[in-house]
Amino acid sequence: MSAAKKIGAEALAEKGWLASHKWLILRRSSQLAILAVFLAGPLAGLWIIKGNLAYSLTLNTLPLADPYVLLQSLLAGHIPEKMALIGVAIVLAFYFLVGGRVYCSWVCPVNMVTDAAAWLRGRFGIKGGAHISRKLRYWVLGMTLAVAAVTGTIAWELINPVSMLHRGLIFGIGMTWTIVLAVFLLDLFVSANAWCGHVCPVGAFYSLLGKWSPLRISAAKREACNDCMDCYAVCPEPQVIKPALKGAKQNVGPAILSPNCTNCGRCIDVCSKDVFRFGLRSAR
Amino acid sequence: MNDTNGKTPGARQASRRQFLIDMAKTACTVGLMGTGLTLYSKQAKALPPLAIRPPGALPEADFQGACIRCGLCVRDCPYNILELAKPEHSVATGTPYFVARNLPCEMCEDIPCIKACPTGALDHGLTDINKSKMGLAVLIDHETCLNFLGLRCDVCYRVCPVIDKAITLETIHNVRTGKHTMFLPTVHSDHCTGCGKCEKSCVLEEAAIKVLPVKLAQGKLGGHYRLGWEEKTKAGKSLVAPDVEHQYTLPEGYKYEQGRGLIPDGSGESAAPGAQPGIPKALQGDKL
Repeated sequence: MSAAKKIGAEALAEKGWLASHKWLILRRSSQLAILAVFLAGPLAGLWIIKGNLAYSLTLNTLPLADPYVLLQSLLAGHIPEKMALIGVAIVLAFYFLVGGRVYCSWVCPVNMVTDAAAWLRGRFGIKGGAHISRKLRYWVLGMTLAVAAVTGTIAWELINPVSMLHRGLIFGIGMTWTIVLAVFLLDLFVSANAWCGHVCPVGAFYSLLGKWSPLRISAAKREACNDCMDCYAVCPEPQVIKPALKGAKQNVGPAILSPNCTNCGRCIDVCSKDVFRFGLRSAR
Repeated sequence: MNDTNGKTPGARQASRRQFLIDMAKTACTVGLMGTGLTLYSKQAKALPPLAIRPPGALPEADFQGACIRCGLCVRDCPYNILELAKPEHSVATGTPYFVARNLPCEMCEDIPCIKACPTGALDHGLTDINKSKMGLAVLIDHETCLNFLGLRCDVCYRVCPVIDKAITLETIHNVRTGKHTMFLPTVHSDHCTGCGKCEKSCVLEEAAIKVLPVKLAQGKLGGHYRLGWEEKTKAGKSLVAPDVEHQYTLPEGYKYEQGRGLIPDGSGESAAPGAQPGIPKALQGDKL
């Protein structure tokens, strides 16, 4: 790996450490702050927010509920009470605006696990692995909804690593770490970005939710691109970049319109030419 | 137009084949996952008998479609009795439960756990905690219960929040000593809430009284069963035809009366001299 070019080396040299890690720092801060505010109650008795990502109550007034879990519950044949419905409406509106997969990159605790695996893959120079279709997650999403309807239970929540990890951190981890370890090892050895980018139905659901959301990463200065490929290398969903970055001739872009983009902003960080920035989907 | 994608027909056929193979691969993978998940979820519906759901919980099959595992009931329980199941527990992952022998439900009058539930997995229609049915206490072991041994423990009866309704002490003659009374703790299903205080406080090493799921604890009469005495009260009169006087097959010249036995005919109220009343003539030896 010594000879291999380090991703973002140019950006680091050009922009300095802080500017070339800005969105990563903000994102980690967001993930950790959300965890911290959930943990403040059980650990320090500071009850700002109660519950977990499935449903939470902030300051005993603001309900937030996971639409994917509630959809499964609905298919299982249960109509929820008012509070859950209000919570779902707020969360749907929020992610519709900022991009569904903002949940994945800015909120979900599993992201830190899979990012760690991706980073280690780079460090250890682990290449290749099993081929998994990026469309598998939509199949899995459909499967979880079908199983909910068939069994009349929120079956996916029995094994969902996302909710298990978040709930485990707040309510007691138990053996949940084995499931998290399995996801980590899957991403490290079996296939790059296997969980978040290929399998996870939660991400698939939020992708669909953010299909038309206005907030996008935009390759606004794409003419400045020097084809260093660092954005592709760092992106957990690299297939989303090309249409926006290289679509000038076909009059496509410059906004990344694929709902699989997680709006993580790492492409902004690692680009020495500052090609990317946050913008609107209508940006020209 | 054949070559819009710059592909020969052969190449297109190959890519179509590859597409179908990929589809089959994905469908099989997901199908297997789905089958596994379905079977697992069926198993997870079997709540272990000693795990008790919070008050107002829907029937287990419905509960697992309604509970989103947020833990708000756990947080709002003032006695910290509830726990969310961890994956290694045999309760459906993330759902709330308690074990009465560890910590029983304290039966708060305002039922904060139900109020906290955002989905109604804990039924918001339940407003009187005394009407909750978390389970049903059963005095499961008549061999070790101290009261059944003739002692006066009475602890389960004393701690019952619905004392004298959910648990009463029924008296019965102590045959072993011949001169004492046994006070048997008796659970009445229409008042027992399943809070588990009795199980928690049972003084034995292993509780003789346990809260079980109602379905396990209770029998059920056939729908067509009618209890004669109840029907009689409801109707105000007996619903069967009036009794016909019973015809006995008796030795000639005798009649029979309940309590008095055989009485020779025509002797009025007194039996024939020498004859023992109640014994047939044939058995009176020399009097034949």
